Amino acid sequence: MLTFDRLLDLFGNLTKHKASVIILSKTMAAIEIQGLEKSYKTGFFGNKLKQALKPLTLSVEEGEVFGCLGPNGAGKTTTLKLLLGLVFPSGGTAKILGCELDDINVKRFIGFLPEQPYFYDHLTALELLDYYARLSGVDPRERKRKVEKALARVGMTDSGKTQLRKFSKGMLQRVGIAQAIVHDPKLVLLDEPMSGLDPVGRRELRDLVQELNEEGKTIFFSTHILSDAETLCDRVAVLNKGELKGVGVVADLLRAISGDVEVVWHGAQAIPALSALGARCHATGDVARALLPEKLLEAALDALRQNQARLTSVNPVRATLEDYFMARVGEEKPNEVNA
Amino acid sequence: MIGRLSAIAYNTYREAVRDRVLYNLILFALLMMGASVLFGQISLEINRIVLINLGLTSISLFGIVIAIFIGIGLVSKEIEKRTLYTVLAARPVRRWEFITGKFLGLIMTLTVNALLMSVGFFAAVMYVSHRLGRGDLQLVTAIYFILLEFVLITALALLFSTFSTPIFSSIFAFAIFAVGTFSEDLRGFARMASGPTRWMMTGAAYLVPNFAALNVISQVAHDTAIEPKLILLNTLYVLVYTAAVLIASIWIFERRNLK
Repeated sequence: MLTFDRLLDLFGNLTKHKASVIILSKTMAAIEIQGLEKSYKTGFFGNKLKQALKPLTLSVEEGEVFGCLGPNGAGKTTTLKLLLGLVFPSGGTAKILGCELDDINVKRFIGFLPEQPYFYDHLTALELLDYYARLSGVDPRERKRKVEKALARVGMTDSGKTQLRKFSKGMLQRVGIAQAIVHDPKLVLLDEPMSGLDPVGRRELRDLVQELNEEGKTIFFSTHILSDAETLCDRVAVLNKGELKGVGVVADLLRAISGDVEVVWHGAQAIPALSALGARCHATGDVARALLPEKLLEAALDALRQNQARLTSVNPVRATLEDYFMARVGEEKPNEVNA
Repeated sequence: MIGRLSAIAYNTYREAVRDRVLYNLILFALLMMGASVLFGQISLEINRIVLINLGLTSISLFGIVIAIFIGIGLVSKEIEKRTLYTVLAARPVRRWEFITGKFLGLIMTLTVNALLMSVGFFAAVMYVSHRLGRGDLQLVTAIYFILLEFVLITALALLFSTFSTPIFSSIFAFAIFAVGTFSEDLRGFARMASGPTRWMMTGAAYLVPNFAALNVISQVAHDTAIEPKLILLNTLYVLVYTAAVLIASIWIFERRNLK
């Protein structure tokens, strides 16, 4: 049987090819992308082609929180714009909630927060949300309640009657999130949602994303802030230079790149023996610690016994999403990566 | 569809009003008051002609300037500021609805502006003539033609806005307004030319919008009657020309990648 782990094992080979990874689905996919790509004509005469997104195949299941990670220029925003019909694909197909991209009616069920959002600043927050609710076709009898609810969810009730031109960047981001959820969408797409938020705002947004997910909404967000993705996402995809570099459940991805253990003991005399095995050793007084691959653990323990060292602990080293990200992307010198 | 169109149109109108576009009315009011007092010193016949010329030309020029300066930003500003992402990306709004809604919103702004100016204008005419008679209905026709001018120039500014930067759009729009104002002369030149030049000039003369046909200010100032046929023809001309320009705008915008 083809398991997810097996797919991850195969992943290294797949990324060498143009198309990327297909995820097995038990439920209907909220987003189904098949070989979607985008090239732009560049140069004075438009005679050069720049590939912003190489053929991308990806599936986001209904009800999951999916993170799209990558440095600036990786193709995250291009992917979102393709899905939302703002730019037209050069090739490939995609479906959202089972509908083709050109089906305008599916947009009733989508919420979107653009990167660094800028809204009609002549409107108050309440007016802006009312405008978007109208465009989304929200029932007039429910519109006022839904607008006020969305504003309350982002903690902006007191600022409802203030014009947006008087808002700070963080407040605009909150209003942006409110407009993305005002019509109670099934799928919420967030482009760099943490940008512009202070630590409190980031925490609140994380809570809100979890809340929305508990309500059954699918969340797809792009970010280059890896710690947020690690906290929030069921699965992540890593993009770099327009190409998918990896996709999967966060824990599985981390397991795939880790495998080191940390050994701590008393008796610095054993350090040369462990260093000879290839371990990275440090000593503080009589307490020494070594980092080494798990497969060398038995040999390391033998060496400690032979050198009469007293073992204190053996712990698996937990890799972070940043480690995974750097393993996939780091060697290609990303422009900007924030942990 | 109607709900989305009216929401976009009303938002465009509200933006113009809150961005203090209607402040031009104060300048217009001052102009009308000054002119009335000044021309009140001159003989009745002349002051009325000068006031009508000045008033209607002001209504026209104020509106044209507003139409061009707001019209050229209707789409390009939304792209530059990315405000249209939240409208087109995740709302069931078609691109043609967006273009049409923006167009209708600016027309609404210009109409309100022109109607308020007209109130001031008629007050000034009444002040110098001491009455308003049946003959003054011609003034209403002239104002109607001015509104038709606004419709045309707004559609053209919007067209340029779908593919060009605001600076170039404003240059194009003012240039086409200037050429269109002298379109009768262009037709005259075409008649005098011969060979391929004649064909080209005739083509150009019919391609540019005929703003000259919409300008009856001088006629109404001198109480010359306006043929009902002209009202009908001008209305049809503006409707067809505007529809063609809007279709071209939508055609361009529908194909544009909103990067």
